[in-house]
Amino acid sequence: MTLALYVPGTGVVHRLPAAAKLLALAVLAVALFALPSLAAAGAALAGVVAVGLLLARLPVAVLTRQARAVVWWLVALLAVHALTTDLRTGAHVALRLLTLVLAAAVVTATTRVSEMVRVVEAVCAPLRLVGVRPARVGLAVAMALRFIPVLVERADRIRAAQAARGGSPRGVRALRTTVAPLLVQVLQMAHDVSEALDARGADDDPSPRRRAQEAP
Amino acid sequence: MKTRDLAYVALFAAIIAVLGTLPAIPVGPVPITAQTLGVMLAGAVLGGRRGSLAVLLFLVLVAVGLPLLAGGRGGLGPFAGPTAGYLLSWPVAAFVIGRLTERTWDRYNVLVGTLVNVVGGIVVIYAVGVPVLKAVVGLPWGEAFWTGAALFVPGDLFKAFVAAAVADVVRRSYPVIERPRRAAGTR
Amino acid sequence: MRFRRPGAAPAADDVADPARGIELRGVGHRYGQRVVLDGVDLTLTEARVGVVGANGSGKSTLARLLNGLVVPTEGRVLVDGLDTRTQVRAVRRRVGFVFQDPDAQIVHPTVAEDVAYGLENQGVPPDERAARVAEVLARYGLAGHADHPAHLLSGGQKQLLAIAGVLVMRPARVVFDEPTTLLDLVNARRVAELIAGLEQQVVVVTHQLDLLDGFDRVLVVDGGRVVEDAAPGPAVAAYRALMAVR
Repeated sequence: MTLALYVPGTGVVHRLPAAAKLLALAVLAVALFALPSLAAAGAALAGVVAVGLLLARLPVAVLTRQARAVVWWLVALLAVHALTTDLRTGAHVALRLLTLVLAAAVVTATTRVSEMVRVVEAVCAPLRLVGVRPARVGLAVAMALRFIPVLVERADRIRAAQAARGGSPRGVRALRTTVAPLLVQVLQMAHDVSEALDARGADDDPSPRRRAQEAP
Repeated sequence: MKTRDLAYVALFAAIIAVLGTLPAIPVGPVPITAQTLGVMLAGAVLGGRRGSLAVLLFLVLVAVGLPLLAGGRGGLGPFAGPTAGYLLSWPVAAFVIGRLTERTWDRYNVLVGTLVNVVGGIVVIYAVGVPVLKAVVGLPWGEAFWTGAALFVPGDLFKAFVAAAVADVVRRSYPVIERPRRAAGTR
Repeated sequence: MRFRRPGAAPAADDVADPARGIELRGVGHRYGQRVVLDGVDLTLTEARVGVVGANGSGKSTLARLLNGLVVPTEGRVLVDGLDTRTQVRAVRRRVGFVFQDPDAQIVHPTVAEDVAYGLENQGVPPDERAARVAEVLARYGLAGHADHPAHLLSGGQKQLLAIAGVLVMRPARVVFDEPTTLLDLVNARRVAELIAGLEQQVVVVTHQLDLLDGFDRVLVVDGGRVVEDAAPGPAVAAYRALMAVR
């Protein structure tokens, strides 16, 4: 399983800070809805494609793959609007949707997951006031990424063990013989992981304020 | 939040992700996927707070560019598309299911669980998802309802039952809600 | 010497007395009605201490008491004079803990990130962190894997990674809870050699009795009590005799 949509590169789009790219994406979304003209949407789409292909030098497939996910909608939109309102409105709504989806794909393909996670941590910083520690958010992200391959492996193991005893995990019975035991197993694992984390000081908050409270 | 709860939250985010690798049944724009099963399970096994955080964490992973949605979609695109409302309703659904499960904990069984999952996992999701769908693509209410909800109800009813059956087994063998006091370190 | 921020109180380690070792005083532990440990009094100052016992004898709980993962329901556990109940953070800085299942100990997607994790918790600055991670990875033969996904390592490598993640924090004492149970013979031997070479005080809970060769002291735990406390030879003999009558 390739766990990223990131496409390595060294161009200017790749080097832009993740926060700037996310901000640009948000501005684009607001502008597209604020300027309800077909020409503006068309220009924005051309701009996004130009940035993605020429500036960021992404493979065309990166954009088409995301476009394919919404192609049904684009067709349906055109059809519904052609029948109920007019084709022009349909084209406008469809262009706007396609533009946003492609712009999001460009940001995603040019930004490493770890950079995005850092933005998430930064965005969470004000939540410190209500007791959320950004580092804990980062830890949760890391753990989830770590658990995904482990889960796949454990599921395979349980399936193999059932097969060895002549069972086939199908139907509602499989819920009891496969899914529920797997869930109990991985809950136990999550508990063990948290113990190991605590043993390595997960409960420690390196911020000086917290440490001062802790001192005897 | 204790490290243990954080680990449970991360675990269910991962479970929802792995359920996305099961083959989706494409019925038009919004595919039938096993991921809403994961959303229901998160609420039913972890309770409201941890369950909704698990779903939120999953959405963060999608948003930062991991192809974890069914069909290998990911990044910010899905949050700009017609299915955005469904995605954003998931944490709310997990929260509602979790809270109702906590409330009914002492008399929880497959039937009660199924009802709870229907309220949180079907009513809530469509109450948020259909209006957003309508707003994004400008469909009339009737069409939005048919393409965005009615098609999925049979599958969702089945998932609500499945999630309740699994949650009921977990409740008896490894309860996480309310009485999380497990014999730590006695293996 | 690193600059200490004004206002921060001196670290708890300043009042620790390393000569005292690990002390258990009248320690008992129960989960609900079930008693897992009862009336344990021990002072562990030897460099190499082994703990053996049947499944469910209480030995894993005993191990977890030593760094505050489990707080006793009766009595006190002191590490270098620090109470695991009230000074758990300071205790955990002094006592590293290695678990049985390597998969349960690795939380970060890549090898180097995982090793760095404990140092981040300690607030070690990034430069020093990177240097210490690189040093530890080199020492345990993982240098070539620094940026590899952790889940692609072999079982033996994962356990070495887990141990590296603990030792990089430079604990004064290390507790191992069945560190070789899930490993094949070659990897078990590597871990055994690694343990033998540590300069720290080591407490090892194990079913693999040859791991205890050359230890200073071995405890046999049964039914929540320490039933034998001797040199490895006599202790292992007593343990075998105990198991033979089951």
